[in-house]
Amino acid sequence: MSTPLLTAQDVSIHYGDKQAVRGVNLSIERGTVNALIGPSGCGKTTFLRAINRMHDLTPGARVTGRIVLDGEDMYAPGVDAVAMRRRVGMVFQKPNPFPTMSVFDNVVSGLKLTGVRDRARLMEVAERSLRGAALWDEVKDRLKTPATGLSGGQQQRLCIARALAVEPELLLMDEPTSALDPASTARIEDLMTGLKKVTTILIVTHNMHQAARVSDTTSFFLNGDLVEHGVTDQVFTSPRDERTEAYVTGRFG
Amino acid sequence: MSARSSALPARSRPGLSPARRARNLLMGALIGLSTVIVVAPLILIFGYLLREGLGAMNLDFFTRTPAPEGETGGGLLNAIVGSLQMLAMASVLGVGVGVAGGIFLAEYPRHPLMPTVRMLSDVLAGIPAIVMGLVAYGLIVLQFGFSGLAGAVALGFLMIPIVVRTTEEVLKLVPLTVREAGLSLGLPQWLVILRIVLPAAAGGIVTGVMLALARVAGEAAPLLFTAFGNPLVSLDPTKPMSALPLEIFRGATSAYDENQRLAKAGALLLILIIFATSLLARWASRRR
Repeated sequence: MSTPLLTAQDVSIHYGDKQAVRGVNLSIERGTVNALIGPSGCGKTTFLRAINRMHDLTPGARVTGRIVLDGEDMYAPGVDAVAMRRRVGMVFQKPNPFPTMSVFDNVVSGLKLTGVRDRARLMEVAERSLRGAALWDEVKDRLKTPATGLSGGQQQRLCIARALAVEPELLLMDEPTSALDPASTARIEDLMTGLKKVTTILIVTHNMHQAARVSDTTSFFLNGDLVEHGVTDQVFTSPRDERTEAYVTGRFG
Repeated sequence: MSARSSALPARSRPGLSPARRARNLLMGALIGLSTVIVVAPLILIFGYLLREGLGAMNLDFFTRTPAPEGETGGGLLNAIVGSLQMLAMASVLGVGVGVAGGIFLAEYPRHPLMPTVRMLSDVLAGIPAIVMGLVAYGLIVLQFGFSGLAGAVALGFLMIPIVVRTTEEVLKLVPLTVREAGLSLGLPQWLVILRIVLPAAAGGIVTGVMLALARVAGEAAPLLFTAFGNPLVSLDPTKPMSALPLEIFRGATSAYDENQRLAKAGALLLILIIFATSLLARWASRRR
């Protein structure tokens, strides 16, 4: 096997005195979709956010252990959080397009705001990203209209396109479909398989069927522990841990 | 709302006992009375100024400077031009420092200086206008003499806490997840604030600035010993400058009817300006 894209070594996360994630070890291969599942409050979102150094902004939050992205320890002293976030994209639970920007400006914001002025290049990136998020056909005639005018499902795909535009090595998705209707959810799930060609996906989901449908590997979190990590089929059909079995068969959570 | 529901109590609620009905009527009447007491002063002041001042609001009022004491005619051009200049200059100080302060309080809550800055800003809001005038007097007038700039600095200081407070409030209304989206794209925090959060809050910030302007436009006290006043139109900010509140003060305390007439027209103009500013502020915050 090639070296994994991401390796977490003994990662623990505290909020003040409370420990939310306990000694997680996990590795993610390139070009795969990986699901994090588990009941509410099990630490899966907390773990996900650590991979984008989002806890830097949360008062009292502390991350220990090593998170290595392509050979580089994200939390080593002197590592620039901004540079790290550029390599790791994130899609959030609720669609969050930038409210004052047009559809086009939203998609290319990561480039435009850091000084890319070349119209032709921005246009090319916008089209590629919007196609990647399966939104191009719906918005190609309204690129200049406010992004807030799109439907919820379209806004979420816009957010995916916006994340893709900066070409992240890893795309984090925090329950990206939980605020969407079934049709929009299905579109985004379809999308993920295609996205494997350009990036690697780590998705937190509440929906076990979604995890089973879209992911190559699944990690089951419970009370801050990573209970089981494996190929999705195996985790769902023959889990090694009885707690995993109880959860995937719907006996709790 | 309660005033309206208690306006028709007897007929619409036949099941009420007479005692409750009487109490209901009494409370309804009290609420109605309180409303009248709150609104009446505004209407009375406005009506009085319209009656007394509208007559003096002719072309001369807007195009001429005050006539010499005891003579008729003249206008408040010097004060109108002076007020506009000083408000413009005060905005530079008030908006510049105020918005920066608001950003600091809203976006850097973990900064060790944040509680101190918050407290100082609150104290600043409570400092009387005339004391602000003294500050500008000590800072500028003692060295350079009376000037429009000194008046503008005093007004600008008065604007700062108002702008800080509204900026902080509206920035906090921008959802955290919008900031996170910006950061997750690999944008540095200052870019996220400047290009994403600030534009989203722009309407609210404009409202705050408008309200701050409306608040300081009517201040006479801080201008008495800073801008000082000037019977002529002055476009030089380093020289004494007139302002509407100063002319109102001078005219209203004058023995001559003509000056009092001008003062009333000036007061009417001031109120109209403040009214228009408040309307603009509402419009700015409702757009979007």
